[in-house]
This record gives sequence, structure tokens and C-alpha cells, in this order.
Amino acid sequence: MSEAYLALMPLSGALAVACAWLALALLSLIPVGNAFIARRLAFPLGALAGLALTAFGLQAVWLPAQSLILPLGPPNIPFHLRIDPLAGFFLMLLGSVAAGISVYAAGYFRGETAGRLALIGLQFHVFLASMAFVLLADDAYSFMVAWETMALSSYFLVITDHKVPAVRSAGFLYLLIAHLGAISILLCFGVMSGGHGDYTFDALRAAHLQPLWATVAFLLAFFGFGAKAGLIPLHAWLPEAHPAAPSPVSALMSGIMLKTAIYGMVRVIYDLIGGVRWEWGMLVLVIGAATMLFGVLYALIQHDLKRLLAYHSIENIGIILLGLGMSMVFFGFGHPAAGALSLIAALYHTLNHAVFKGLLFLGAGSILHATGIRDLNHMGGLIRTMPKTAFYFLIGALAISALPPLNGFVSEWLTFQSALQAPIITNGVVRSLLPLFAAMLALASALTAMCFVKVYGIAFLGQPRETHDAAHGTSNDAGGFERYGMAWLAAGCCVLGLFPASFLLMLNRVGASLTGHSLSEEALQSNWLWLVPTAPEKASYSPLIFLLVIVAVTLLTFLLVRRFYHGRVRYADPWDCGYPEQTSRMQDTADAFGQPIRHVFGPVYRMERQLPEPDDPAPKFTLNIEDRHWYWLYLPVARLVEFISSKIGLLQQGKISIYLLYSFITLLALLVFVR
Amino acid sequence: MNLSAGIAFQILQSVFVVLAAPLLMGWINQCRAWLQNRSAPSLLLPYYTLIKLFHKDAVIARNASPLFRITPYVLFGCMWLAAGIIPVLATDLPFAPAADIIALVAVFALARVFSALAAMDIGTAFGGLGARREMLIGFLAEPAMLMALFTAAFICGSTQLTTIVDTLAHRQFAIYPGLAFAAVAFLMVLLAENARIPIDNPTTHLELTMVHEAMILEYSARHLALIEWAVAIKLFAYMTLGLALFVPWGIASAGDWNELPLALAALTAKLALAGAGLALIETVFAKLRLFLAPEFLSTAFLLGVLGMLTHFLVQA
Repeated sequence: MSEAYLALMPLSGALAVACAWLALALLSLIPVGNAFIARRLAFPLGALAGLALTAFGLQAVWLPAQSLILPLGPPNIPFHLRIDPLAGFFLMLLGSVAAGISVYAAGYFRGETAGRLALIGLQFHVFLASMAFVLLADDAYSFMVAWETMALSSYFLVITDHKVPAVRSAGFLYLLIAHLGAISILLCFGVMSGGHGDYTFDALRAAHLQPLWATVAFLLAFFGFGAKAGLIPLHAWLPEAHPAAPSPVSALMSGIMLKTAIYGMVRVIYDLIGGVRWEWGMLVLVIGAATMLFGVLYALIQHDLKRLLAYHSIENIGIILLGLGMSMVFFGFGHPAAGALSLIAALYHTLNHAVFKGLLFLGAGSILHATGIRDLNHMGGLIRTMPKTAFYFLIGALAISALPPLNGFVSEWLTFQSALQAPIITNGVVRSLLPLFAAMLALASALTAMCFVKVYGIAFLGQPRETHDAAHGTSNDAGGFERYGMAWLAAGCCVLGLFPASFLLMLNRVGASLTGHSLSEEALQSNWLWLVPTAPEKASYSPLIFLLVIVAVTLLTFLLVRRFYHGRVRYADPWDCGYPEQTSRMQDTADAFGQPIRHVFGPVYRMERQLPEPDDPAPKFTLNIEDRHWYWLYLPVARLVEFISSKIGLLQQGKISIYLLYSFITLLALLVFVR
Repeated sequence: MNLSAGIAFQILQSVFVVLAAPLLMGWINQCRAWLQNRSAPSLLLPYYTLIKLFHKDAVIARNASPLFRITPYVLFGCMWLAAGIIPVLATDLPFAPAADIIALVAVFALARVFSALAAMDIGTAFGGLGARREMLIGFLAEPAMLMALFTAAFICGSTQLTTIVDTLAHRQFAIYPGLAFAAVAFLMVLLAENARIPIDNPTTHLELTMVHEAMILEYSARHLALIEWAVAIKLFAYMTLGLALFVPWGIASAGDWNELPLALAALTAKLALAGAGLALIETVFAKLRLFLAPEFLSTAFLLGVLGMLTHFLVQA
């Protein structure tokens, strides 16, 4: 028995980690002291489990697929588990990012009361374990069980502060859209099984669907998983739910949970449905591009830091979808090498986004902890009181802005390189459209840079805009555990940015096991120093040399200036063109920084502005910006549902005789049908 | 290719760019003065200014963070790096494969982000204003720039600058209509990115209009000198990049040191003409209102897209 399990090392290991997380969930419930066990034991142990999962995931990428049947659950429906390179890659993502977040959580929840912390610890670890089971599941039944456990545990985490009405309604919206998505996924599995009743993934893989039914299954999967990933127009829950949760949970949701949706898409579309068509890819591209631009444009006008980060998650999901869409287009037209490259770009960005978005949410959490504020308009000058957090946040901000030599740039570079493969496509329209998507990506990444200049400049730089909340006193820097968590993820940003070729080869293995096609021979010559997506004379990138040169020349400049300059420095008040009166309220606020965006992209937003009259003695300027989707989609649907339910409500008269009459009519109708 | 000779040339070229960049600035200022019927300053004035600034005492705001003091060096380093990627005199650059055109655009973005952050560091009204405007222009210019560069990349089937320039320089006078559109788009981006008229005026400190100058208000002495120098290198880099892409003739091919004098002469002639042209543009055009900048740059973007589509059409 033990030898058999040893042979199944990555699978049994990953299973053990998931079970360990479940055990830790129960452990957090033990009430000892001021929730000592939950905080000092469960979270650090959870982080260790995450590290182990990273190792097992990495191992699984390089091994053939393994499967296992767990005799659990209802009769004749055992849990099928399987680990293959794709699942291994996502398990690695889950484990490594969760490790950082768990360590951080050990420090972050220091102020919680024991009762609340026990519940948070329970849901937190159930959430982690359910995500691991989603990735391990090998039949539709266990997949849906894990998927729903994930949705529910995260719902309970979102409504941690359930006494706040806004949090409750955010949680409700999340639960609603999560279930719309789940229904769609369920229907997708139904379509794929084609009425055979066998829901193991092996059976679904073997079933050959008619093109029409394959497209239906694709659409159901795309929108079902898209609801979880935050595609427009199903994104409305994301900017409400992610900020409502405590920061480590926001980091888990944005960093990892959204990625399980990407996993689901890749698994179902490439693996289970198979036979990818380019028309699907075009749909994914169009929706991905719209999602990306929508996300970044709305992020730019936010002044709540966590909401802003949530909108950026929408944007990054759009970027991932651009890669996926291009990959489907290339595979659909029969260009597997280019398709493999785009798929790798998408998966790489998935990993990168998990790391830097996790880091940024943790940074936002530390700010919230230290100052008690989430509104950028009230921050300022935090680099002086929280230098360490400021340093880690800067790494995250540069990474998400796709600046070399950090990780965001690598995956966006790979996405650009995929778009530049467009000339091999024979269809003229598609060929000229692909570079346009690349242009939109360029726009989105430049807008992201602007947005993070805003975030960093307003939160960390400048002068404090207000004296901080008296309840929290002066802002202190993040504590030890919080810093270790952020440092781990920041190191991830650097490693993923500096050694991209190793990850390229790993992802190539994932793509090859999934689609049967790998990158071109020349691209596989990439080594630790050089990243080559197609061929060396076509494109290459070496972040290490890049970093070395930029550090060398900057240092050389510094030394030369130091050598030849007398070095006299005087400190004075800021000059500011000689204006004598300066207060910290004269600085740009977050809203002011977004003003050019509101001006240029005005039609995208639904704005209500109230300008004061010229002779108003107490002038007030108000600006209210809302998402247009509420007005053309959500509110009409809500009204329709209310209308229908009010009509159905007519059935309920509250008199027992009438209900008995209903039963009688139903019985009669059934008799007629059964006859 | 001889690697050590290549590295020697690489270092030589980037030092040449760093040293020659203020000269181009001086030449443009001189041309502009002539065109505007003023008596022109010396050609070497930018060097004198740099020397003067390096001799002054630095005045730094009391609440400046380390970021504020690092930024001038980072800017200078970024521009120096850019000068190492662009084939100015020859295509023999061993460092160039480490960063292609997309990375080049990203280097400029890195410099922009750091200068905007430094501008917001002191917490004055002007700093934030300048940073906000600079990022506005940046996000509009970046896609346009990439589109123009992608047109060239599609023609040559590569994003390596050295490969692109090699291919374009040795073509048999084939005419690429797509490249013409891209050239106009690139010129417009060059004006916007280097804070020139019609987007920004490098000589004004008028609060309603300044963009780049608003960001560097708090800098003085050596820091200001480094920033001014970096600005000169950036303009030089952009102009030589445009020349290498759209009029590459005369550039020395890899490994051939004998062609270098000719390449130097060709570069000088081309830069003299281009500098005079830039001065002419700055004289005959007025500065646009800030919110006309999106129109200007979206035109550039559309031209870039047109160039790319034209290339696809012509090829098909």
C-alpha cells in the first residue's frame, strides 16, 4: 500500500496537503488563549503546507499524469482525482502564493477577537483545500463539489464583517453570480457527456461532440468560468466582493481563486472539449480586450485602494484571455507552435498576476492596518512611516505596470510576441486584427502604469493629507509576519522576472501535455540567460543582462558624480515655483489624478456631476461615477425578476383550501401525462 | 562576429551617444534661434549649462524621500541603456539581443514612471500636476509608438532592432508604403515623448501649460544636470532610432570598422538635417491645448495602425 502511494508521489502529496489544510481548518476552531492556535500555529503550518504543495506541483509538471479513485461520496460515484502537468502548474501557483498569504495572515489577524479568528481560520483553510480539490478533480461530480465549496467558503470569508450592510449586499451579489456561473458549468458538463451519464473527465474527453454542440459547450464553459473570473458583463460582483473581505482573503481571491476559473477554462476547452476553433478564439479575444480596457479604465478613477486593485484584477484577467484567445486562433488555423506560445504567455501571466496582485493586496492590507484608511484621498507620505511596506509595494507596482526587469513585463512581452506571429495566418481579417489587440494591450499596460503612479504617488509619496485616525495612532510599519509574506511574494516577482526561460520551458511542458504541441525547436534552445520565444534572430530578451547593464550604468553614473562633485547639499522647504503658502491639501488627490482619464474616456463612465453656482456661499462639488453595466444590464434584469416573482406571488393566497386545490390540479395533470 | 570587438564597439557607441547628445540639443536651439530671428547661443551652451549645474550646491526639500534622490540616476541609467540598444553608427551591438523594441519602449516607460513618482514625492501642487499630465501623454504615446515599431517589425519579421535595421538598410530600394505611415506616426510620438512643441514647450515655465518642467521643479544642481542630460540623450536616442528605421542608409554593417568614418559622417549629416527640421516644426507650429494632445496622439496611433494594415495589404 505505502509503495503504491509512494509511486503516486505528487498526487498523494497534493492530496495530503489538501487534507492538511482541512485539518488546520478544524484546528483553528480550538479555543486556546487569545486564539493562539489559530494565529500562531494554523496559519504558519498552512504556509508550510503551501510550500510542500509547490514542490509537489513542480514535480507533477515533469511527470506523466497520475490518477487515483477515492472511495468517498455517494454510492457508485467515487471521487476521481488526477494530477497532470496542467494541474501541477496550477497547484504550484496555489501553493506558492498561498504560502506567502498565510504567513502574512498570521501577522495580519493579530487584532482579531478569538471567536472571529476561529471562524476566519476555518473558512480560510477550507477555501485553500477546496481550491486544491478543484485542481485535482477528475470527474464532473467532484469538480462541482469542490467548486461549490470554494464559492461558499469564500462567500463566508467575504462577509466576515457582516454587520456592515454594504458587505452583506456585496456577499449576496457574489453568491448570486457565482451560482449563475456554476449552473452554466453544470450545463456544460451535461452537454459534454451527451446523455451517456458518465461524468468522469476521461469519458468527457473521449466523447466526440458535433461542432454545434462543441460550440454550445464552449460557450457555457466560457461564460460559466467567466462569471468566476470577472469577465464583463459578469464582473459586477468583483469590485464589490474583493474589497469587502479582509486583505489576506482579498489576496487569495484575486490572486488564486480567479486563476481556478482560468484553470477551468483551459481544462474544459483544451482538454475536455478539444478541437479548438478559431471563431471561439475571436470571441475570447474580443471579450478579453473589452474586459481588460474596462478594468483599467475603472481602476483609474477609483479612490478606494482595494477597489482599485479589484478592478485591476479584472484587467489582468482580460490580458490572460488575450493570450488564451490568440492561442485558440492559432490552433484553430493549424499553427501549433504559435498557439503553444500564446498559451504559454497566458499561463505565464496567470502566475505573474497571482504573485504581484497577492503582493499588492497584502500591501494594501498593511496600510489599512497601520492607518485604518482605505481611501487614497486621505493617505500620503507613507514611505516615511512605513518604508518596508513601501519598498515591497513599489516592487508590486512596477511589476503590474509591466516594467522590465520584473515579471509583469515578461508575460506581456510574450503576449506581444504571440500577436506578432499574426502574418502566418492566411485569413486576412484575423491577421490584421491580432496586432490591434496587441495595441490595446499596449494601451492597457500604459494606463496601468499611470494608475500605479497614482496609487504609489498618492499613498506613499508626498505629504500626509490628514492626521491619521486617532484610534490607530501613528502609522507603524508592517510587523514581522506581514513583512515575510510580502517579501516572499516580492521575491517571486523578481525570480519570475529574471529567469523567465526556466518557466518558459516548464510551461512548454504543460502546453505540450495538454495540446500535444510544443514550441519550435529553436525556442527550446532558451537557457537561463536568454528567453527566445520563436527564433534567436527574431526576438530575444535577457532580463538578467538587462538588469546587470542598467545597474552597472546607474552605478557608474553615481560613482562618477560622487567622484567629481563637491557634494554640498542644503535642505530647504519645497520651492514649488515660489508660492509662499503651501499646505498638504494642495497636492493632487486620487480623484484629481484620474481627471484626464475622465476627460478623455468620458463616454465610458456614467457620471453625475454637480457644480456649485458662482455665488454659492458654501460651494460643494460632487461627482458620482457608476458602472454603466448596472443600468443597461443588472437593474433591468433585477426589475424583470422582481416583476415575474410578483406575478408568481399571486399564486400564494395564504389559504389552505387554495393550496389543496393546487395539489389536486397537479395530481390531475400528472395523471393525464402519465397515462 | 568577434565578440570582444563587438563589446568594445558597444561601449564606444554608448559613450559617444552620451557625450554627443547635448551637442544635438545645442544645434536645435541654435537653429530655432536663427529661424526666430534671434541671435543664436553657442553650439556648446548645453555643455556649459551642465558644467554650471554640476558646480552648484544641491538644494533638496526637507521631506524628500530616497526615491527623489535616486531618480535622476535611474533616469540617466535608463537613457544610457536605451542608447546601447539603438544602432546609431553600426548594427554591431552584442548587447542588443538582450532587449528588443518592446523592451526599448518599456525602458522609456520605466524612466517615465520614475520621473513621475519623483515629481509626486515632495508633495507640491505642481509636481502632481506634471506627473498626471506626463502619464496622460505617456499612455497615449506608447501604443502609437508600438504600432509604428510593429510595422517595421512585421516588414522584417523580427523585433530585434539590429536585425530590423540590417534588413532595412540593405533593401534594394524597395518602397514600403506602410513604413511611410509609420514614419509620420513615429515623428508625432517623438514630439510628444520628448516634450517638444506642439505637445509641450521645453522653454516655458507657465503653470497652465508645462508638463515636463513641472515635474522637475524641485530638482537642482547635480540632480537637475543629470535629468537635463538624460533628456538630451532621450531626444538623441529617439532621433537616431527614427533615422535608423526610416532612413538607415549609411549605417555601418556588423564587424566592419572601415565603414565607421562614413557612418559617422552620414549620421552627422542626417542629424543636422533632422535637428533643423525639428527646429522648423517648433517654429511654425503653436503649442496645442493639453486636451488636444489625445487627438494629436490618437492620430499618430491611427497612422501607425494604417501603416501596419497597408503593409498587410501590399504583402497580400
